[in-house]
Amino acid sequence: MFRSHVLVCGGTGCIATGSENIINALNEEIKKAGLENEVGVVRTGCFGLCSLGPVMMVHPEGCFYSAVDVKDIPEIVSEHLLKGRIVERLLYRETVEDGGIKSLNNTAFYKKQFRIALRNCGVINPESIDEYIGVDGYQALGNVLTSMSPEQVIQIVLDSGLRGRGGGGFPTGRKWDLARKLVPDADQKFVCCNADEGDPGAFMDRSILEGDPHALIEAMAIAGYAIGATMGYIYIRAEYPIAVKRLEIAIQQAKDYGLLGEDIFGSGFNFDLEIRLGAGAFVCGEETALMISIEGNRGEPRPRPPFPAEKGLFGKPTILNNVETYANIPQIILKGAEWFTSIGTEKSKGTKVFALGGKINNTGLVEIPMGMSLREVVYEIGGGIPDGKKFKAAQTGGPSGGCISVENLDIPIDYDNLISIGSMMGSGGLIVMDEDNCMVDIAKFFLEFTVDESCGKCTPCRIGTKRLFEMLEDITAGNGTMEDLDEMVELCEYIKNNSLCGLGQTAPNPVLSTYHYFKDEYIQHVRDKKCAAGICTELTQYIISADKCVGCTLCKKVCPVDAIVGEVKQKHVIDQSKCVKCGVCVDACKKFGAITKG
Amino acid sequence: MINIKINGKECSAAEGLTILEVARENGINIPTLCWLKDINEIGACRICVVEMKGWKALVPACVRRLSKFDEGVEILTQSPAVLESRKMTLQLMLSDHDKKCLSCVRSFNCELQTLCKELGVDNAVRFDGAVNASEIDDSSLHMYRDNSKCISCRRCVAACEKQDVGVIGANDRGFKTSIACAFDMPLANTSCVSCGQCINVCPTGALSEKDDTKEVWDALNDPEKVVVVQTAPAVRAALGEAFGFAMGTPVEGKMAEALRKLGFNYVFDTNFGADLTIMEEANELLERVQNNGVLPMITSCSPGWIRYCEAYHPEMLPNLSSCKSPQQMNGAITKTYWAGKMNIDPANIVSVSVMPCVAKKFELSRRGQSGQGTFNDVDISITTRELARMIEKAGIRFVDLPDGEFDSPLGNGTGAAIIFGATGGVMEAALRTAVWKLTGEDVNSTIEFKEVRGVDGVKTATYNVGNMDVTVAVASGLGNAKALLEKVKSGEMKVHFIEIMACPGGCVNGGGQIIVPSSVRNFTDIRAERAKALYSLDEANTVSRKSHESPDVKQVYAEFLEKPGSHKAHEILHTNYKATNLRK
Amino acid sequence: MKTLAELQAIKEKMVGQMNVREGDKSVRVVVGMATCGIAAGARPVLQTFSEVVQKNNLSDVAVTQTGCIGLCQFEPIVEITKPGEEKVTYINMDADKAREVAEQHLMRGIIIAEYTVNNSTLVK
Repeated sequence: MFRSHVLVCGGTGCIATGSENIINALNEEIKKAGLENEVGVVRTGCFGLCSLGPVMMVHPEGCFYSAVDVKDIPEIVSEHLLKGRIVERLLYRETVEDGGIKSLNNTAFYKKQFRIALRNCGVINPESIDEYIGVDGYQALGNVLTSMSPEQVIQIVLDSGLRGRGGGGFPTGRKWDLARKLVPDADQKFVCCNADEGDPGAFMDRSILEGDPHALIEAMAIAGYAIGATMGYIYIRAEYPIAVKRLEIAIQQAKDYGLLGEDIFGSGFNFDLEIRLGAGAFVCGEETALMISIEGNRGEPRPRPPFPAEKGLFGKPTILNNVETYANIPQIILKGAEWFTSIGTEKSKGTKVFALGGKINNTGLVEIPMGMSLREVVYEIGGGIPDGKKFKAAQTGGPSGGCISVENLDIPIDYDNLISIGSMMGSGGLIVMDEDNCMVDIAKFFLEFTVDESCGKCTPCRIGTKRLFEMLEDITAGNGTMEDLDEMVELCEYIKNNSLCGLGQTAPNPVLSTYHYFKDEYIQHVRDKKCAAGICTELTQYIISADKCVGCTLCKKVCPVDAIVGEVKQKHVIDQSKCVKCGVCVDACKKFGAITKG
Repeated sequence: MINIKINGKECSAAEGLTILEVARENGINIPTLCWLKDINEIGACRICVVEMKGWKALVPACVRRLSKFDEGVEILTQSPAVLESRKMTLQLMLSDHDKKCLSCVRSFNCELQTLCKELGVDNAVRFDGAVNASEIDDSSLHMYRDNSKCISCRRCVAACEKQDVGVIGANDRGFKTSIACAFDMPLANTSCVSCGQCINVCPTGALSEKDDTKEVWDALNDPEKVVVVQTAPAVRAALGEAFGFAMGTPVEGKMAEALRKLGFNYVFDTNFGADLTIMEEANELLERVQNNGVLPMITSCSPGWIRYCEAYHPEMLPNLSSCKSPQQMNGAITKTYWAGKMNIDPANIVSVSVMPCVAKKFELSRRGQSGQGTFNDVDISITTRELARMIEKAGIRFVDLPDGEFDSPLGNGTGAAIIFGATGGVMEAALRTAVWKLTGEDVNSTIEFKEVRGVDGVKTATYNVGNMDVTVAVASGLGNAKALLEKVKSGEMKVHFIEIMACPGGCVNGGGQIIVPSSVRNFTDIRAERAKALYSLDEANTVSRKSHESPDVKQVYAEFLEKPGSHKAHEILHTNYKATNLRK
Repeated sequence: MKTLAELQAIKEKMVGQMNVREGDKSVRVVVGMATCGIAAGARPVLQTFSEVVQKNNLSDVAVTQTGCIGLCQFEPIVEITKPGEEKVTYINMDADKAREVAEQHLMRGIIIAEYTVNNSTLVK
């Protein structure tokens, strides 16, 4: 029995910055100090503040240490864990208050968050089913199996208004209801989980899997009971090794406890789960492609209808929800639909997890109630833009989404509002851009991703996105014409209307959305052959101001391609035909500021 | 039935039908490209898109089935959005397509070309940009793959899967997606069975048979050579299509005349080889039955099937009849018996076959040649398509040709031989002779065994012949063959004699036949239409409808082979098989 | 698992243990854990308090350490603060006394006066 718990983040982010070494060092030092029976070290899931990693929380004091180094561990043990003296220099600065520490939950990053899906991340040991049970785990499944009919379960999910967190926002309860009713005589049905998170920058599902895998298992069993399925598959990308490992452990623990398997809670309900590893193709996040991949074939979407609720995995009625959607289910069952509907907006209930990235101070994972404005997310939770730069846009929905510009900073974030401004919720990547970002380049970046990830089955996506990408290449290289812009829009609309699956149908969104909000930038690239942000190298020139140049030769010395000519104490000039626009000369000339990008 | 509106017109539709089918019933043709009924229903090319009110994107009419939820839906098949989309799809395809139509083997018979014309593609180079580089795969003996003409419709992939061969599929992804063998292996290194069904379904010139017409022209122009030709039964059921005859029009006489006009010295008929095959095969079957040999015995006429058996079901090799195919028998007799009779050095004979088949190009080089290393039974095998091209090139006015005759012997066949070209035909021919052999009834014995006719994938029947019940089974299409073999292997099905043809419907639908565009084949059963031609020729045969009554066959046995199954017959007309280790 | 009771049993076992991680506790037990306190035997005292609190699922109680309180000769020292009540300081604690205090003071609200610091002790 431990008087003190040290929770060390074992999410991928913190592991990448060395939290495994921290845990080892902690265990070692604790043993040296003879505290092994007094202090417990717990490897948890992600806390969300990934930019500060490795992070740890020491209870009962609630001290949150950030950017901890292995070298700090002896001090933490001998001072804090043994003598009760908090190591102030390691405290997350936001938690330091006059004369004491404030709870992490009261910091700007956490205060406005509302954690349902992430509630156990950073709180429990994901490899301990007992800890999950200790925080009401499997209680929802127990209640469902012992006192509710499948119809009642579906009704609660329907009443909760929960919508799919994977992107489309289809009502989860409706999906379940269809799968229950559409093929009444089905001999088998399946429950699938999409854990093939593939949007660039999005990692909310990974964090849930790493931090709270039992929540997913519990929810899938509940879903199985609701639709009448006895078998479930979790399709998870192989690039998530920690998540896979924890999920495997969790499934085994659930089986050992009889929470998976036969006659769960004596109800006669059987349910089993298996993991299927995806090879990392983005398109396998599309539901039909995902199922075809589980079946062992090349992951390519097929036309719908028939929808999976009618003909899904192995031709049987199947539901597919993503990890975050499932993570809401046990809480909805336990706390009721009314509780859930009290959070969020009229048509978007509950919370949404976002992965904050890009030009923002607090990069990491946040869960906010639906309806919060982007301004609050960026400036309050996210801590604003670094280096005092100006907010330009935020990108949501990844390669399927679009951007939110300054004029929409105060729109409440929910499914329908995002669609109405040309973006989408997507799985929750939220990338912030500042004045240094070129929006044409951003569109090109996302489109390049889609071009690469297209499965190649249908013509619009296979060839259309490639041609669209080539148009953007021309525009950013200064080879675009005004007619090209019209052709670009026409091609975008064509791809949207004609592609086989969601990947293709949404692929032009980053282009259309940036074109809508930043048309001037496109025109500037085409007509003036200029990129104001200085990102598109072909449209950027470095120029040495003759007035300011003193002929110190520093720039000439650092130029990697010998593009700068000039003798000592003479004015220097850049040979534009040789210049590769690397910009090192600008840094070299900081003292005189004679070189500018234009 | 539900009520819907197509282009503003109310119509009722049966639930479960596709939009395309319902539109067609209402007189509206929706163009397709990747869609092949029952074979490739993947909605990938997007040529068939239509507007469906309430759906945010256009929907593919070929696979979008109507259900009760679609009651009252409005569909537009020719709105500006639809027509512009289809055109743009074609323009995108053209942007990564080798547009050398003038020198393409499929010019005028190219579905992409046809669609471009029909859908008004006025600018073939609207989109320019990167083009996928590809190399021609000419590794196999029977075909080329030129992916610079491939439009990734996947029809070949589906046809190959349907054949249970599955050696081609999509490689890579996105713009770089290409259709080829796994890891871009050469086709020759795979267990491709050479059936050529992929070529038949290719809408463009990406897949084509190896063109061997140059060798034929060279032989015809060589005064030193005696050039003989034989034509398989199914060729005459399809050749006319290349010259505007309706599908199923038999053109036997015009074909023989055209061959003579091309300059062949002797025009033989594979039907003779087919009659010979029946003699040997019926004899082999009786021997197996009487001597507790390996049963069921399986026919060996189809080289695609033989290759499939060797690669995929090697444990069934002892069940294969040791008889060579009719092509090889005809060739072997030509260069042995006939050469001797005519006093021609076999080395001076160029033996050409015209086949509905590309696997025959591969079969030429199989083991068991009667020349034992000095000559091959047949030297060049060309397809129905290649013959049509030769006739075109020579300027022969095929339509106006009078009916010509074949040379004899080796140029005449019975009605039993002619039906070899349709699934069940070999079986029926064998039964006609087996009844005679077992019962001794020479006249009025049963001629027609209709249970084994027709296009069903697997057919079975039991006949009481003499004192025994003979159970027979017929499969065409290797997917069907597999299903049948699994039942035989598991013991679920007890059967004495099996006919298997690699191509669905048999040789009439062989991989070397005239290519029928999907706009026709999706709504017409090629197999049934062409088979009709053969059965009509069977009925009309003036010599006999039974192989053992063929005067040419009788003559060859009398003068040369002695009797069916003789030592000499074995040397010249039989062969053996070997399991191949190629995996798919 | 066949019954909800089995689940409940595990949960109860875990809740006490995991309460350490909850913030916002109103009752605080503070054990002096400076060098002097540790030398005088504060560690078993701290451990005992922690155990009793967790076993009995006293979710309201935080057991923490502090540095030197300044009365080194009375170590181990334990301070208990309840909302609305005056701080109670126990001195010269050991594990047995700690268990007694925890069970009486924390669970029943009975202060064990003889262990507490008072003026006479200080004068002495």
